[in-house]
Amino acid sequence: MEKLLKIDRRIIFIFVALAVTIPLLFRFKMSVPPTRHVISMYDKIDSLSKDSHVLISFDYDPSSKEELQPMARALLHHCFKKDIKVIGMTLYPAGTGLADKAITEIGDEYGKRSGIDYVFLGFKAGSSLVILNMGEDIYTAFQKDFYGKKTAGMKALKGVSSLRDIDYAVNLTAGGIYEAWIVYGREKYNFDLGVGCTAVMGPEMYPFIQAKQLMGFLGGLKGAAEYETLVGHKDRAAAGMAPQSVVHVLVVCFILFGNFIYFTTGRKK
Amino acid sequence: MIKKTDISIMTWILIAFGIINIILLATGKLGFNAKGIGIITAVAITLAMYSFLYKDNPVFKIAENLFVGVAMGYSLIIIWFNILKPDVFEALIVPMFKDTEIGPQYSVIVPTLLGFFMFLRFSTKLSWLSRWSFAFIVGMGSGIAIPNFINAILLRQLEPMFAPLYTGSFWGTVNTILVLVGVVSVLFYFFFSMEHKGAIGGVSVVGVWFLMIAFGASFGYTVMARMSLLIGRMQFLLKDWLGIIQ
Amino acid sequence: MNFFKRTIPMIIAFVMGLLMAFQYYVPHESSQNLLKVVTRWGMIISGFAMFIGAYSLFHMHWNRIRQKVSGWGYSIFVFIGAGITIIFGLLNGGEFFWNDKQAGTMFDWIFDNVQVPAGATIFSILAFFMASAAYRTFRARNKEATILLIAAIIVMLGRVPIGTMISQYIPVVADWIMSVPNLAAKRAILIGVSIGVIATSIKIIFGIERAYLGGGD
Repeated sequence: MEKLLKIDRRIIFIFVALAVTIPLLFRFKMSVPPTRHVISMYDKIDSLSKDSHVLISFDYDPSSKEELQPMARALLHHCFKKDIKVIGMTLYPAGTGLADKAITEIGDEYGKRSGIDYVFLGFKAGSSLVILNMGEDIYTAFQKDFYGKKTAGMKALKGVSSLRDIDYAVNLTAGGIYEAWIVYGREKYNFDLGVGCTAVMGPEMYPFIQAKQLMGFLGGLKGAAEYETLVGHKDRAAAGMAPQSVVHVLVVCFILFGNFIYFTTGRKK
Repeated sequence: MIKKTDISIMTWILIAFGIINIILLATGKLGFNAKGIGIITAVAITLAMYSFLYKDNPVFKIAENLFVGVAMGYSLIIIWFNILKPDVFEALIVPMFKDTEIGPQYSVIVPTLLGFFMFLRFSTKLSWLSRWSFAFIVGMGSGIAIPNFINAILLRQLEPMFAPLYTGSFWGTVNTILVLVGVVSVLFYFFFSMEHKGAIGGVSVVGVWFLMIAFGASFGYTVMARMSLLIGRMQFLLKDWLGIIQ
Repeated sequence: MNFFKRTIPMIIAFVMGLLMAFQYYVPHESSQNLLKVVTRWGMIISGFAMFIGAYSLFHMHWNRIRQKVSGWGYSIFVFIGAGITIIFGLLNGGEFFWNDKQAGTMFDWIFDNVQVPAGATIFSILAFFMASAAYRTFRARNKEATILLIAAIIVMLGRVPIGTMISQYIPVVADWIMSVPNLAAKRAILIGVSIGVIATSIKIIFGIERAYLGGGD
């Protein structure tokens, strides 16, 4: 029995790879019923009128792309479908490429034009300082957009002078920046804020949700899948729920089996 | 030490990779263009990274170091186009030599100087000047943090703790009490650095239970996150490259 | 000289700290303008600061190559990767770096096809190691570890669609774990950390905490 605990870890790796690959290949379908925090973000965006402004801060880089990019895409589908003006930005230098791609690709699908229906402001350094500066004046923080176009007088920003004028902001985050968005953004400049984060950070959001500091929260690929379902645009996140389920069961089995052997062999180290 | 078997495994994988790509290109599933070649490059990088699962090897190390370099190069160029070019070069330097709509923004001289002072950190004689820049940033950050953190975290997070415990339903009330007990006991556990005995010890034990449940939840969510990343990469390989799933 | 090296930075931190703390309480236009100006300065300085990270990285790898430490050859690839990316970034699709950034250049291609897959894959490798660790080391050795383990299992099953298939109560319990015990512990940690942030900030402003000055005189 004890030998089983000492098996080559590569055997475990093969199990994991199979648990992910097989459900993808055989396309098991699993329903993803939306949960309340995802619904509240959806409802907030859905309640906005045409030409409202939604700010999306793409605060992640390729290392969390697989979780957050599907979220970004689902949100953009929703906004563009509703003719909401999207203001994109990032506080991560490597977030620029991902954000630009998501906005441009989905914008094109809906025939939206940069500078008129949406704007991608690009990257600025200093996290909390950027948020504070935007809270005072969005045009000093970003004098030009990602492609060097002047932001002053831009149609996509009509009626927006600072964060106070944003109808809803979503921070897609892979790190602690969400706290800066709450502390220096939402609480200081009083706008509705939602967070989409990697699953690792999901548990940290609950105190903020209960204190009503966050309106809407998407956690990890599951959150993205639920949003895709709500928008009616099922994509990679929804397809990922079958392998996600199977691999979770596998990990649980590993834990239970490991403990079973541990206890049956007399709790040796 | 690289063994003979490792080299033969590597060779076979390379041959298989080559054949699959030739088939994909020949059948038109991948275009012989920037996009198609891009996908093949991305797959090569992905597989090179995953080769670490077999064992640490030179292919993985090359891919890893290349990634570190590319990521740094990308950041530097983005900083130029997003910060230095619009906020320093075009705001201050260009208008000094060329007629532009708006004159030079001379106020930018201060952060530019402080920015350059930071580089003096690597000089032996003038490294003290970099302290001025750090003092500016750190001092400003501290000053801004104090009132904002008191307002946005301390007050706003304590506020729900002073709401009536009775919420209208039995379970709602139980949960409100549990949250209150949890917050207080965990804070007890953190702040009493003396030996956890007697009443304090009892409260601290409850705090530890709450912490353990929270750590368990965090572990569950971390597994979820890492598996999602793997699922994303598998989708890339099976869908974007091989095209065997829709 | 000590005045320039130690006293002036401490005065700068003190003045900036107090100024910005008081600024919060003054909703006057000039106070808001002050916030606007200094945060913009801070953003520009932060931009420069990112070059320090780059210098440290290149310096470290350059030293590895120069001193021929074991595995120094791999460091060359850091320079190859950075060099190619920077060259294409500066070329900017033939428009050169002094013009506005162009879309769809070779620089973007490198990002999409080298940095994105590499970054995404390297972190997904952890999935395999987490599964392996779960099997080998995650044990119910005592009461605390058992609580942690049970919470982890319920959350893992309750947060994916399969949880509902096993039992409709699993997602309900998972949701309760997240919104009650997890919330309480995370709130306590949040309050603790925030008190720490505030205390450190006060110490910095009054010159008690000086780690940011670095070593030396």
